[in-house]
Amino acid sequence: MLALVSPALLVILLLIVLPVGWLTWQSVYHDGFTLEHYRRIFTEDIYWRSFALTFEISLAVTVLALLLGYPVAYLANAVPRAWSTLILALVVLPFWTSVLVRAYAWLVLLQRTGVINQLLHYLDVIGEPLALVHNPFGVVVATVHILLPFMVLPLYATMQKIPNDLMQAGASLGASPAFTFVRVFLPLSLPGILAGSTMVFVLCLGFYITPELLGGGRTVMVSMLVSRNVELYNQFGAASAVAVVLLASVLLIFFVVSRFISLDRVLGQK
Amino acid sequence: MRTQLDVRLGSRLGCALFGVSLGVIGLASTATHAAEQITFVSQGGAYQQAQTVAILDPSAKKLGITINQDSIPDAWPAIKTQVGSGKPIWDVVDTPTGYCLRGGAQGLIEKLDFSKLPNAAAMPEAYRSAYSVSYEFYSSVLAFSQKTFPKDAPNSWADFWDVKKFPGRRALRNHPIATLEAALMADGVAPDKLYPLDVERAFKKLEEIKPHITVWWTSGAQSAQLLNDGEVDMEMAWNGRVSAVAKEGAKVSFTYNQGILQSTSLCILKGAPNLDTAVKFLNEAVDPVHQANLPLNIDYGPGNPKAFETGVIKPERAAQLPSEPANAAKQALMSYAWWSSPDGEAAEKRWASFMQK
Repeated sequence: MLALVSPALLVILLLIVLPVGWLTWQSVYHDGFTLEHYRRIFTEDIYWRSFALTFEISLAVTVLALLLGYPVAYLANAVPRAWSTLILALVVLPFWTSVLVRAYAWLVLLQRTGVINQLLHYLDVIGEPLALVHNPFGVVVATVHILLPFMVLPLYATMQKIPNDLMQAGASLGASPAFTFVRVFLPLSLPGILAGSTMVFVLCLGFYITPELLGGGRTVMVSMLVSRNVELYNQFGAASAVAVVLLASVLLIFFVVSRFISLDRVLGQK
Repeated sequence: MRTQLDVRLGSRLGCALFGVSLGVIGLASTATHAAEQITFVSQGGAYQQAQTVAILDPSAKKLGITINQDSIPDAWPAIKTQVGSGKPIWDVVDTPTGYCLRGGAQGLIEKLDFSKLPNAAAMPEAYRSAYSVSYEFYSSVLAFSQKTFPKDAPNSWADFWDVKKFPGRRALRNHPIATLEAALMADGVAPDKLYPLDVERAFKKLEEIKPHITVWWTSGAQSAQLLNDGEVDMEMAWNGRVSAVAKEGAKVSFTYNQGILQSTSLCILKGAPNLDTAVKFLNEAVDPVHQANLPLNIDYGPGNPKAFETGVIKPERAAQLPSEPANAAKQALMSYAWWSSPDGEAAEKRWASFMQK
């Protein structure tokens, strides 16, 4: 057994454990042990602002992805097999387009001379073009689009395992469909909600390209601080420290979530 | 990557350097001398291609050396890592002048001996430093849409700041370099009286325009897209990006008035593997004729102003270039020495808090 997994373990060791260890080491060691980089993070308020903004955006993205993704997963679960395959294929399809291309596609839609503003202007709904992009709004819209599959797939996997008999039992006892949904289906799909939300939230914390291209320069998320710090302080340690704090917050989130559901559910979509 | 090898010239140089006696050893020694080489690094793309045609291939031919090319968008981290490791693999780097100076201060860049660099020694002092020689010029200019401003276009940073007289959407670069200079010029400081920058005054002026800035762009490509799509009506942008957009048919233009003249420079990595050849190449690369050929291939100005006296650049072409003397006179010449000073670094750090407030 060990022989079988050892190549995989080696890859993980070489590509994840060692680099992360090196990253952490750099953040505290530069010509001697130093906590300078961490002191900066916890005393300068731009870091606090960036972390706060990143969590706000991630939360908004997660809530929107859940509101949009839940009905999709529900529909995919309720319809016959052929239809659900089609729905899931449509969900996964944008996945195969580069994040960069999708960010620019949103630019084409959302900018001042973009499709949406021109349409609204043509229909006389608006006089002045709306500011749909180059702000946190544009970032949230594009990020939801990119992360939606990470919400829909765990939801669908969980819903698949909810026995249909339970709904029928509820109906036979005189409950309305809405009542059965709220009291039976929704609670049983909760692990999927938690799994999908955790995935989306955690992935969103590290987003870089979308806020960089669509944020207008004002939407400075944590990952952008990492690249900025390399440039500004000319020390990898300054950037490593930001990355380590971000990693620590992700691990903390996983720890908290694991108190409620098994981590296998989040990561393995069992 | 391209390599250049001219055995005939190489062997001639070999003989001149090492005496005819070596000739008896024959082909082997010829091959060794012909293989005198350096690794040169620039930023890739059309820019590096233009250099290859105008400067690198002709220099390699003239010196009888091989120039191995490498490219990287931002050389600074690599310079640090390579020199830090004690075994750099690059010799000469073309990088924003500030990095050469900062590298010099940190012991990452070789100090230049101008007695071995006659071409560079003949350049004005503002165009070189103990560690670097200007290689090419570009400019941060005020660009605008001709659709929005068919006439009476904004022509100074004071106009850019005047949101009443020139209504419209605006973009600036998300970086203090050149932006602080523009703010001070908008506040009435003369282009030749900018340094040392009054950072306090510059940020105060920037606070004024901040609510009217739609986008703070981070890459040259983004600035071009903003102008091309009509997302903004005026912005600060690099002259080459604006002219490229204009060439593709967009109705955009720019003024050199109060532009901020910036440069990349050549510098040599500390402990470069082929130091002597690197010095020879550096001198050759700023030769006025090679330099004059650069703007025939791309919209950047030569780093050596003597290029304009060679007759290679036609007057109508020269008039389009950022470092052409009459254009240069309208602009502020960026002081990389100031930006590399502690005050400059502090201003750079302050930018982040300005953006996130």
